[in-house]
Amino acid sequence: MSHNIYIYILVMAGVSFAIRSLPLTLIQTQIKNRFIQSFLYYVPYVTLAVMTFPAILEATQSRISGGAALVIGVVAAWMGADLFQVALCCCGSVLLLEFFL
Amino acid sequence: MNTLSDTTLSSFRQGMRDGTPIGMGYFAVSFSLGITARAAGLTPFQGFLASLLCNASAGEYAAFSLIAVNATYLEVAVITLIANARYLLMSCAMSQRMRPGIPFYHRLFMAFDITDELFGIAIGRPGYLSPAYTYGAMLVAAPCWAFGTAIGALAGSILPLRLVSAFSVALYGMFLAIIIPPARRDRVIAGLILLCFACSFLASCLPFLASVSSGTKTILLTVIISAAAAILFPINNKTKEKSS
Repeated sequence: MSHNIYIYILVMAGVSFAIRSLPLTLIQTQIKNRFIQSFLYYVPYVTLAVMTFPAILEATQSRISGGAALVIGVVAAWMGADLFQVALCCCGSVLLLEFFL
Repeated sequence: MNTLSDTTLSSFRQGMRDGTPIGMGYFAVSFSLGITARAAGLTPFQGFLASLLCNASAGEYAAFSLIAVNATYLEVAVITLIANARYLLMSCAMSQRMRPGIPFYHRLFMAFDITDELFGIAIGRPGYLSPAYTYGAMLVAAPCWAFGTAIGALAGSILPLRLVSAFSVALYGMFLAIIIPPARRDRVIAGLILLCFACSFLASCLPFLASVSSGTKTILLTVIISAAAAILFPINNKTKEKSS
């Protein structure tokens, strides 16, 4: 079965907006449950980490340049580079390395 | 009345000013997202529309990867929910900082473009959140995100393979920029990230998981690892409240 791209986009947009708007419009008091608080706290880091590796190795033409981008990105972010700078470091390292690979 | 609108206008201008560097960063990163969108079979206009309506990096990326393999609408809904779950948290945090009695439509409009960066600059200002400030920043940043996606989807086919390859990692760089700074402050997060890398790698090569789609793997790993972490390392309320 094939799917309609516009319905996909509608689903994405609907879910994205619901996630952002429901707490802001409905929540009037602080969330008390410690497990839910902790779970919500960890979710973003876990999702992003899971999506980053090993996918970054497959994103480039060579696994070596993808791996290098990962290491350099981690180092740059660790040293306090902002979002734009980290992204730039990753792109730059792939560009440079793939001249030689 | 006059002073009130002056304050509103200056907040709006301040928002636009602070939103400008964010918009520039968005443009570069969404370019890479556009390449993913194109690979998933979206036209530049569809990429533009998706970015304008969703305003999400990880969420859109995850959804595009599923669209690429003709996943069901439900799978796309679930992955969007999981990948954007942090916005739920940020929305919760913002709900605690709204001026009492603020009109309902402000809550809706301000919710529309909650992202790591826009949330970060809004919550970083003292006092109640200013709708005008947020709208100013949104007005600059959101179009950059949408046009960057469209241009990425458009130019992805024109650019030499080498440049596409390089731009493709911008998105992962953005992910790293979000997860690494907290890992530096918090050993639990640092350990979790390493664990996630290991589990994700294992899940990608274990034969009995080969038939499970990558989106479903992301969902399963996220729920299992986050729940385990929440049980083993419950957070202390105040110490972990941070903006971005």
